[in-house]
Amino acid sequence: MTTSSNLVWLIALPLICSALLLLAGKRANAWGHLVATAVSASAFAIGVVELFAMLGRDVQDRPVTQKVFTWISVGDFKVDASLLLDQLSICFVLLITGVGTLIHIYSIAYMSHDRDRRRFFAYLNLFIAAMLLLVLGDSYLNLYVGWEGVGLASYLLIGFWNEKPAYATAAKKAFIANRVGDVGLSLAIMIAFATFGDVTFKGIQAQADQASSSAMTAIGLMLLLAAVGKSAQFPLQAWLGDAMAGPTPVSALIHAATMVTAGVYLITRSNFIFDAAPTAQLVVIIIGVITLLFGAVIGMAKDDIKKALAASTMSQIGYMILATGLGPIGYAFAIMHLLTHGFFKASMFLGAGSVMHGMKDEVNMRKYGGIGKFMPFTFITFGLGYLAIIGVPPFSGFYSKDKIIETAFNAGGLKGVLLGVATLFGATLTAFYMTRVVIMTFFGNERWGHKDEPHESPALMLIPISLLSIGSVASGFLLYRNHALEYWLKPIVNPAGEQHLEELVQPIVVSALAVTAVIIGVSIAIKKYRGEISSEAPVKVNLLTKAARRDLYQDDFNESVFMRPGQSVVKSLLNFDYKVLDGLVRLVGGISIGAGQSLRKFQNGYVRSYALMMVVGVLALLITVWLMSS
Amino acid sequence: MSIANYLYLSAILFTIGAVGVVVRRNAIVVFMCIELMLNAANLAFVTFARINGNLDGQVVAFFTMVVAACEVVVGLAIIVTIYRSRRSASVDDASLLKR
Repeated sequence: MTTSSNLVWLIALPLICSALLLLAGKRANAWGHLVATAVSASAFAIGVVELFAMLGRDVQDRPVTQKVFTWISVGDFKVDASLLLDQLSICFVLLITGVGTLIHIYSIAYMSHDRDRRRFFAYLNLFIAAMLLLVLGDSYLNLYVGWEGVGLASYLLIGFWNEKPAYATAAKKAFIANRVGDVGLSLAIMIAFATFGDVTFKGIQAQADQASSSAMTAIGLMLLLAAVGKSAQFPLQAWLGDAMAGPTPVSALIHAATMVTAGVYLITRSNFIFDAAPTAQLVVIIIGVITLLFGAVIGMAKDDIKKALAASTMSQIGYMILATGLGPIGYAFAIMHLLTHGFFKASMFLGAGSVMHGMKDEVNMRKYGGIGKFMPFTFITFGLGYLAIIGVPPFSGFYSKDKIIETAFNAGGLKGVLLGVATLFGATLTAFYMTRVVIMTFFGNERWGHKDEPHESPALMLIPISLLSIGSVASGFLLYRNHALEYWLKPIVNPAGEQHLEELVQPIVVSALAVTAVIIGVSIAIKKYRGEISSEAPVKVNLLTKAARRDLYQDDFNESVFMRPGQSVVKSLLNFDYKVLDGLVRLVGGISIGAGQSLRKFQNGYVRSYALMMVVGVLALLITVWLMSS
Repeated sequence: MSIANYLYLSAILFTIGAVGVVVRRNAIVVFMCIELMLNAANLAFVTFARINGNLDGQVVAFFTMVVAACEVVVGLAIIVTIYRSRRSASVDDASLLKR
């Protein structure tokens, strides 16, 4: 195993920069954003250097480790704060730092009018550091630190404009939903430690074949719970829509490209656990399918451009989770879709931010319309992202989604057919809602109701978008060509070199089906939104639309199933505490007070009554003595 | 005359004194009643000394007289002082301590 001393700087640089910006205060206002961007770019540079170093080595020597310090040392048990950079982590390192740097650059312009821009960049750097720790940790415990770190950064950035109570609430909602998932991760670590006495990936992988399948299933399900929370999958998906309260660059970086895909990373990284736990794998598949359809249905009804994109993110991550559930063959395609999605979704979010920038922060697509001719550059880049996400060849989304659909079809038997049809249907829905977004935003009648025409965004915002667009056009083909990513990740996720169970459907047929599904979705959307679009959302809509507008009642469900009963439990506990526990204490006090009150009456201050008491007392004493002696 | 009659007298005197302390308000009268009780006790001591044929009771009677004399000095001083400040010799008026 090769060692390297560069890895720690990947994390340390953004972390130090974040601390510097937060501690320096107003002094750093003038240059803070530039330092933060430079730090992010240098982390990207380290990543590129490491990539080339890795390419120069033989396959078995590619992973690089670095022990930073001994973290926990109790008797025989030892946990090092060690970093591991292998073929899987390098993909994430480059995605995080690459997209992260572009979004830093974008934010310089996007946040230029915000008085807290320095704080924003400090949080962004904190996020980069935590996310890199998440993907570089060589044990579940190290991963957990990064896992919590990105949760914190996400919370801080969603609530960045916390002077608005709704935004602060959205931040808390995201934090709490993530907390539910984090419980899963900590339980998984505990079960793994109880089973293997080890928490490193390497150590667990070495012992994976000796463990009982029930232990593996338990760990797998707990890891899945963690992934579900972080990646906004069903049933913990409710926070992602509200998380759009954060500034748009945050939505692009954290809630589209990187952090929400951490669940996919977790499952892929734990492939040796899931491969040994078929039950857990099946649950992963089910969750993936539910979420990919769930998100798509929500996306079809949302009028808020960011929330429509968020629903789409949820749906696309559903594809990735589904792919990870399909076993050794699926992991590589999940990561491929993750990378291409990182490009096209970030590019579309930044495009949406650009539209908002030109439209005075309006997010309601019913107040857009015909923006294409005012913001041609944003229109073109958004359009490229659009073609990528719906999966038009040869754009990136086509390759990655096509491979997932193909793997789903080839999962074997009835399961394969069902999964294949579900993913195809998801592709149709994706094509529909994304076409709807594009038509409502860039085409049609102008509905913004004020005189000022939308203006194109500054170059500082357009350059990152265009770079991401290039990625969203080309990344799919580059990763797909010659099975580049598949072979690259093979030592990590598919060492046995497993192939499809059966070739149920030829790849070319799958591609044709996928393209047909997309064409159907697009044409339905065009037919429906070709004419005039009202600037008010129609009231008379069918039940499904109503449900989708309310996020398929996920908030109502959480409220009635968890929040209200929880509150009543708390209330009854409070009552119990107040009435029974406090009541007992108050009773003891009351008895003392009552006794005192009644005894006080004897102390009336009259000498004569004291004298009488003495007489009575003496008499009583004498009578007692007399009775006892006789 | 039986010697027990002295004891009856002593008991009657003590009872009169005790009742007087409890029922009378005037501090001087209460004071005199206390003296009455003390002297009833003295009478009982002396009687017992006579019954037992030794001087122990007589000695105690002298002690009682000394204590009574001291008590008179202190008690009268208190009564006079209270009367001066409050223009009243009623023991019921001197009940400020309860507050």
